[in-house]
Amino acid sequence: MIRRIIWTLGTLVILLGLNLALPRILNPYLFQIVILCGINVILAVSLNLINGFTGQFSIGHAGFMAIGAYGSAMLSLHAGIGWVAALTAAGVPPGVAEGAALFAALLAGGLLSALAGYLVGLPSLRLRGDYLAIVTLGFGEIIRVLILNIDAVGAARGLPGIPGWVSFFWVGLGGTGVVVLALNLARSSHGRALFAIRDDEIAAESLGVNTTAYKVLAFVIGAFFAGVAGGLFAHYLSYLNPNSFTFIKSIEVIAMVVLGGMGSVSGSVLAAILLTLLPEVLRPVKDYRMVIYSLMLIVLMITRPQGLLGSREIRLGSWVGKLRVARGAG
Amino acid sequence: MLLQVERLDVYYGAVHALKGVTLCAEAGEIVTLIGANGAGKTTLLRTISGVIPSRSGRVTFEGRDITRLPAHDIVGLGISQAPEGRLVFANLTVEDNLELGAYRRKDRPGISKDREEVFRLFPRLRERRRQSAGTLSGGEQQMLAIGRALMSRPRLLLLDEPSLGLAPLLVREIFRTVREINQRGVTVLLVEQNAHMALSIAGRGYVLETGHVRLEDRAERLLQNDEVRRAYLGG
Ligand SMILES: Nc1ncnc2c1ncn2[C@@H]1O[C@H](COP(=O)(O)OP(=O)(O)OP(=O)(O)O)[C@@H](O)[C@H]1O
Ligand SMILES: [Mg+2]
Repeated sequence: MIRRIIWTLGTLVILLGLNLALPRILNPYLFQIVILCGINVILAVSLNLINGFTGQFSIGHAGFMAIGAYGSAMLSLHAGIGWVAALTAAGVPPGVAEGAALFAALLAGGLLSALAGYLVGLPSLRLRGDYLAIVTLGFGEIIRVLILNIDAVGAARGLPGIPGWVSFFWVGLGGTGVVVLALNLARSSHGRALFAIRDDEIAAESLGVNTTAYKVLAFVIGAFFAGVAGGLFAHYLSYLNPNSFTFIKSIEVIAMVVLGGMGSVSGSVLAAILLTLLPEVLRPVKDYRMVIYSLMLIVLMITRPQGLLGSREIRLGSWVGKLRVARGAG
Repeated sequence: MLLQVERLDVYYGAVHALKGVTLCAEAGEIVTLIGANGAGKTTLLRTISGVIPSRSGRVTFEGRDITRLPAHDIVGLGISQAPEGRLVFANLTVEDNLELGAYRRKDRPGISKDREEVFRLFPRLRERRRQSAGTLSGGEQQMLAIGRALMSRPRLLLLDEPSLGLAPLLVREIFRTVREINQRGVTVLLVEQNAHMALSIAGRGYVLETGHVRLEDRAERLLQNDEVRRAYLGG
């Protein structure tokens, strides 16, 4: 218990420290890449809960992200900005007021998306494999087309003027949150049940695992964090456009999960960062950028079909152990 | 009566897989179910354990109607199944597979004790406890499937072709273990192609033919039955 409090406080201090330091060390371009890395980490780890942990196949993650992005943005535009004004007038420091409003917006976006995840998760009880993939693909596209046609959220013009309350701290907090949750889940008996469903659903059911409940649960948690990622995205860029949420975005996130290794949390983190950096690193080659990007993906998948880490995790403890052994030997 | 199956009808779409099957098992028995490929043996076990729904008929366990209960609730009542083709969780370790067998239980000390018991029945599993189940040999996977089914402390154990694809020596070992499990008070419903072995450890047997019960008798009498000898005992 005490250890947990120390860990939590330590993480918060590190995040706050980075929050102060990063914008000063990095130029705005690099800083934006760091933020995008963080958002993609949240997306990849949350999709891993659905695709990697339970072995379902969702290609609708951009849809969940869009719901969280637009939902949280609408809340901030219609209520959050007013709350911040009222709180600052009452003497609350602006940073605190904005933080509270952002937290509420992210939570609302996440919950809205989780609700959508529940509704999409329900058919997953009956559908599997390719069929579920098509349903989720359809879901993602429906969300995008809906946004394109609803004038109140800006339709094709996009949604401007969203308050830019997101700093590194919030992205870091979201990322740490989903990673800690996923790692703890993987080690718990619930995680074992999820992996069992992935390996053999009928066998899992016949051992007493409520497979339907778990599959929907995976969808709900995955969708929640995709919604949070969407909310962070909205409140970082201050502007939303439906084109950010095409199924290409979903495919990008799937690539991160597959490349990292299905079921490996640290793999997802690594791959999300790698695949966010890669297109930026390749900028100098201009027109050939996406060709090289795709080629690198193909080569990686041929050489490591199980993903970078397979289903393993990087363990800090084991590294420390190895370092000690190496020193002892030397 | 521990288990009673009455006039069970099961369909896969248009395929009528079980046609009015009636069968029972008393507490403490080993009952075997023999029959050719496609006779409906696996279907029957899966219907009892709730994985496949029936169209009509009734399954009662300890006097309670379980026909419409979902599979995960049936396990809690004391029925567990070692599925055909040793469906172990290939990417999980031997230990994790056993833990999943005890999934519905909360009594930690009891679970550890039962795991030790499984390791005593199948010492090879202990040596491989941290190995992922997919890397076990076929026979070891079969042991794991049975051990996993025992982890829920069933009163009725459904075994689907435990000897499938095993070397003769291992078949004998598995059957000896099945009898040992039975002697500790677990009722066993044993589906087998290896009719000779099955009938030699069972008290009673049923012969299933294209979805209905063709014969039902004491095991030693089925062993003598001409029809059974011709069709299932090779002579
Ligand atoms: N999922 C399914 N869909 C359609 N038909 C099925 C399905 N599963 C089984 N069947 C059919 O139902 C019948 C009974 O199958 P079942 O698996 O119960 O046979 P079995 O007695 O266990 O055979 P085996 O000894 O080969 O395991 C067969 O004709 C089979 O083709
Ligand atoms: Mg069968």
